Amino acid sequence: MSSVADADRVADLARRVVADHDPKKVPIPEYLAACYDAGLSWVHFPEGLGGLGLSRGLQGVADRILQGAGGPVPLGLNPMGYGMAAPTIREHAQSDELKRAWLRPLATTEHIWCQLFSEPGAGSDLAGLATSAVRDGDDWVLNGQKVWTSLAHRARWGLLLARSNPDVPKHKGLTYFVLDMHGPGVETRPLRQLTGHAEFNEVYLTDARIPDAHRLGEVGNGWNVAMTTLMNERSALGGSGNRRGAGTISDAVSLWASRPDLQTPVLRDQLSRLWLRSEAQRLTAERSRAAATVGGPGPEGSIGKLVGAELNQHIYQWCMDLLGPEGILYHGYGMNAGEGDPDATDWRGPIQQRFLRSKANTIEGGTSEVMRNILAERILGLPGDLRADAGMPWKEIRRG
Amino acid sequence: VVEFVFTDEQTQLRAAVREFAAEYFGEQSARTLMESEPRFDPKVWQRLGAELGVLGLSVPEADGGAGGTLVDQAIAVEELGAALATGPVFGTVLLAIPALVAASSSAPRDELLGALVEGTRTAAFAVPDRAGAFDPALITITGTDTLSGTVERVADADAADELLVAATGPGGIALYVVDATGPGVERSGLVTLDLTRPQANITLTNARARLIAGPDEAERVITHALQVASALLAAEQVGAAQHLLDLSVEYAKSRLQFGRPIGSFQAVKHRLADCLVDLEHARSAAYHAVWALTDTSDDPALAASIAQATASAAFVKVATDTIQVHGGIGFTWEHQAHLYFKRATTDAALLGSAEAHQSRVAELVLDDAAPGHAPRVATGTR
Repeated sequence: MSSVADADRVADLARRVVADHDPKKVPIPEYLAACYDAGLSWVHFPEGLGGLGLSRGLQGVADRILQGAGGPVPLGLNPMGYGMAAPTIREHAQSDELKRAWLRPLATTEHIWCQLFSEPGAGSDLAGLATSAVRDGDDWVLNGQKVWTSLAHRARWGLLLARSNPDVPKHKGLTYFVLDMHGPGVETRPLRQLTGHAEFNEVYLTDARIPDAHRLGEVGNGWNVAMTTLMNERSALGGSGNRRGAGTISDAVSLWASRPDLQTPVLRDQLSRLWLRSEAQRLTAERSRAAATVGGPGPEGSIGKLVGAELNQHIYQWCMDLLGPEGILYHGYGMNAGEGDPDATDWRGPIQQRFLRSKANTIEGGTSEVMRNILAERILGLPGDLRADAGMPWKEIRRG
Repeated sequence: VVEFVFTDEQTQLRAAVREFAAEYFGEQSARTLMESEPRFDPKVWQRLGAELGVLGLSVPEADGGAGGTLVDQAIAVEELGAALATGPVFGTVLLAIPALVAASSSAPRDELLGALVEGTRTAAFAVPDRAGAFDPALITITGTDTLSGTVERVADADAADELLVAATGPGGIALYVVDATGPGVERSGLVTLDLTRPQANITLTNARARLIAGPDEAERVITHALQVASALLAAEQVGAAQHLLDLSVEYAKSRLQFGRPIGSFQAVKHRLADCLVDLEHARSAAYHAVWALTDTSDDPALAASIAQATASAAFVKVATDTIQVHGGIGFTWEHQAHLYFKRATTDAALLGSAEAHQSRVAELVLDDAAPGHAPRVATGTR
């Protein structure tokens, strides 16, 4: 349990940051640098690394003050950085110098981070990935292709999972690295999705080099390191705190209220079901936050990810059902339409775009099928699936 | 008090009730008592009251209770629900005691409240509700000092010692207590779908009544009792659903077909994962309602309806899926699944169905919703 004194200290520090660096006036990186230096980026991190060594439950105390004063939501500006890279670096980087060098510009959002996990041949079966990492002196040489990399074109650093040993079972031959996205042999190409936009990228690695110092965790232990990242991703995707009625459901309720001409009893029934499920999930997120005063994110985050993804889809489907013929118009499929326009972010923009974008929600960050496996196996303790590749050296596994 | 955070004392309370329930309640006890008269063991009920002290956990100490909060009471009710405890939990703990707590002090109120908390007497709440809400139009009993009229389908009224009855008199609607065994009280027991939760029709003919809450406070008292009962019923539903999910998970791990545990098939494990999600949602909604009624941090009517809509649907789903996961054995009289399935069906109907509460939520949050900042709709122009 976090003591009242700790909460007061966090609140005092946050108020001081706001007083000395008015977030409405100073540039975002400067404001976030002040937060980092005060130990308020992640209060549960050690002092000197953007934290205070306190319980993570106290982050909310800091965020309410820092964001309440008009400060940005850093997770939105550097999602992979805050959501995944920071906890992984903190736990696994080889030296405090490297941790400092990576974490501060990450926190200020001067360095955007991306995540290079999925491959064309490795989606849900991530551990089957094929990008090779071969040791060469003090370096590793990387070859392969990554996909679904959001922000790769803006990223300074990437979290990379690669195969360092093809002769052992798949989970045992992986090693985790930090990749310099500006280095030679790293090529980023936009990947156009069904909304017409290119939020994601393919990243081709051709003899790209990574110093061994930029390895996170031991050689061959990449899978366990990746779990740190994924657990944090899922809890970031499903765990954000909201007021009642806020979030995706507010789109549907606002649309409903603004279009009395389209209201029907059936739509009202459906919307009230969606509202109830959103509210039950919101309360569940509150409850799991209240319980998580100590320790890292657990498999409970998977509940939020699973429910949030399906709710998003159902809510935007409902919006489309309400709109009827009005819903089947669009605003254009130009790939770079509205670059620099806030609407260009796929989950903003008009309803129809949000509807199309929601189709990815049950795939990205772990498919709903994988999420249900996780809930069933890790929380309920049910037996795992039968696996055709169990115990087999990776190079002998059928792939395609 | 932080919402959703249980104190050490509350954790101990849960363990104590669970231990007691393991000894005195559970499947075998329910099977025996559901075919006995009365349908519960009055000695065990008294021990729940006098010894364990869990019938009046949120009753002030001055009134003979434990002086705790509704959260304490919800924890006890959840554990009793998990064990399918027999006895007038619904009539006495969920409704009558909260009504008496809300009523102003008087001799009949104080005396009855003390006896109910001690477990020496039991009560049923003979006030018709419209889906868990007070509706004066439904009250057909009339009178003041003596009451006449009929109330149908009153849970736990078959064996209750006392009946709390709402009646319309010259001054308006008031709440009374009537001795269930006294003259002018006729009770006819009904065969219920869930044999562990009995009901009776009540006919009063000039039955002598003592005032509990006059017309100035009866509506508030009844509304409060119905809201507390909705939240506590949700806690019972959560406890029972958790018991069933545990049962199904154990079965899915041990039952072998095609040479492997059925729980390794995604069709089975995904069904159970969905049950887990619904159960956790119900737990959050139930305890939010309990906390909201404790610290008035939320509209109690909305919180109670969210809890009932969520917990009724979750318990019914988990109970339905428990039968399915167990296959043929789950459809037999010998297996406990049907006992809980019938409780799920009953609990869902009591104090308003999930649909009725969903409808109330729609009235509260949709019908007056402000257009706010509705997202743009693309119109076919670039």
